[in-house]
Amino acid sequence: MSEPPMFASTVKTEAPPTVIVDNVHLVYRIRGRHAKAGAPAVAKRIITREKDPGLREIHAVRGVTFTAHEGEAVGLIGPNGSGKSTLLRAIAGLMPPESGAIFTKGQPSLLGVSAALMADMTGERNVELGCLAMGMSPDEVKESYQSIVDFAGIGEFITLPMSTYSSGMGARLRFAIAAVRSHDVLLIDEALSTGDAEFRRRSETRIKELRAEAGTVFLVSHGLGVVRETCDRAIWLEKGEIVLDGEAEAVVDAYEARHDPEALAERLAAAEASGKIRYTDESSSI
Amino acid sequence: MSAAREHEVRPEVAELVAKYGMRRAGARPPIVTYTRELWQRRHFITTFSTANNAVGYSDSILGQAWQLLTPLLNVAVYYLIFGLLLKTSRKIDNFIAFLVIGIFIFTFIQTAMLGGARAINANLALTRVLHFPRAVLPISSTLIALQRLLFSMVIMLPIVLLSGEPLRWSWLLLIPAIALQSVFCLGLAFIMARIGAKIPDTSQVLPFVLRTWLYVSGVFFAIQTVANGRPHWVKQTLEANPGAVYMQLVREALLTKPPSHPPYQWTLAVFWAIVSLVVGYIYFWKAEEQYGRV
Repeated sequence: MSEPPMFASTVKTEAPPTVIVDNVHLVYRIRGRHAKAGAPAVAKRIITREKDPGLREIHAVRGVTFTAHEGEAVGLIGPNGSGKSTLLRAIAGLMPPESGAIFTKGQPSLLGVSAALMADMTGERNVELGCLAMGMSPDEVKESYQSIVDFAGIGEFITLPMSTYSSGMGARLRFAIAAVRSHDVLLIDEALSTGDAEFRRRSETRIKELRAEAGTVFLVSHGLGVVRETCDRAIWLEKGEIVLDGEAEAVVDAYEARHDPEALAERLAAAEASGKIRYTDESSSI
Repeated sequence: MSAAREHEVRPEVAELVAKYGMRRAGARPPIVTYTRELWQRRHFITTFSTANNAVGYSDSILGQAWQLLTPLLNVAVYYLIFGLLLKTSRKIDNFIAFLVIGIFIFTFIQTAMLGGARAINANLALTRVLHFPRAVLPISSTLIALQRLLFSMVIMLPIVLLSGEPLRWSWLLLIPAIALQSVFCLGLAFIMARIGAKIPDTSQVLPFVLRTWLYVSGVFFAIQTVANGRPHWVKQTLEANPGAVYMQLVREALLTKPPSHPPYQWTLAVFWAIVSLVVGYIYFWKAEEQYGRV
């Protein structure tokens, strides 16, 4: 890789940076199944100090550079396996970069779909423990308990173990817990996509508030509509590299034109029919 | 590896990082900051331990009663085998009390180590969502082990009384003895937590290590009986082993005629506690960046 682009941000470059990702490569090491796993084979490898042949490397992110600033909401878009979630994990400090560096202001919080907090425990306990783990004092927890429960809006399920929750309910509760505090950097990995429309609207409002509190929000979503509505900037990743980084509408449009031209055409047709846009020249219509 | 990464920071980036007080993602804080962050989470630790301990029994019909039943059944089994069948009890005054104390005190070490080994991996989901000093997890697993020990005391002390031991002032020595043992166990839990997080197979191997340790620590025999006719260093080593030391302190506190023992037990108890805690804490903190990673 030659000179990486210098802080290729097009938005709000004057605001202080909250996340700097500088030429980062991320590699997963996975223990493959095809390796000889019998005890003699393992013993031989240990004795001869041979490299474990079952260890496979997956180069998930290849030389990504960008800077995010206070008050920005950045959407990460890209097809499955393009490295979006991996990048968020690295920003959260959960995965060390193979090379390059990531710097953040404060401690980023990562919200994902799969991660239940403590599945055997009731929602109430999860709220309490989640808040304490984030460093809140018992008094603060008491104060904000009701607002978290109200925000999650899962009714009597709050008294049941989280293992009984639907994925949507779990996501609601986790988001409600994380959102109670203001974050310098909040990373949301598809965590809103399982919620219903009403919850999505409420969480979008909360994301806007977090941005107003000078936080930065990263959002991984396959719902391009969500990215369009919530984010002011979008980064398009493909096979671990940045394709486009810029104003959300423009990046999402370009992405859609490449990956889902039908959706783009439908949207443009709908906009044309409702008179929102008018083509001046017939030939430029898609 | 982290040293290699340090070199790659470009000066422009370093300047911004310094100007806005940013930090490297996932970087391990210095040990003093780390300890302070840990202290801030003290309420998390206690609440987490209590909640986890309750959850541990939620699947069984008898529930929390197992906290008392488990130690009781343990005593019954060991008494049957070592008291009635194998007769290791000869030469030991009040074998029942001797045995009960040995088992319960050693069980504390076992529970703490096993809990420590599983502390990180059992809470992976939590570590992936929330950021907190990971030392919270082994501390809380050790607290659970301590809580179980205190519960088993409810069984242990009446048995000791019923077996004919009088209630004496020396019983108060139980408090410092168990405090020191708790510190020792915490250090072990830290060490096991790091090993267990790196090598998931640890919890498979550990029970064997622990059983061996149990057998050499004199839970159901007096060490001098076994060491008889062997070189002096064998006896000394067996007696200096922390498993035997903490057991001995409690026996000394509760029994009127405990088996003989060297006079420096308290010094050894303090020594093992400090060494274990300092070594364990630093060893655990050194790998802070790696816990919960893929």
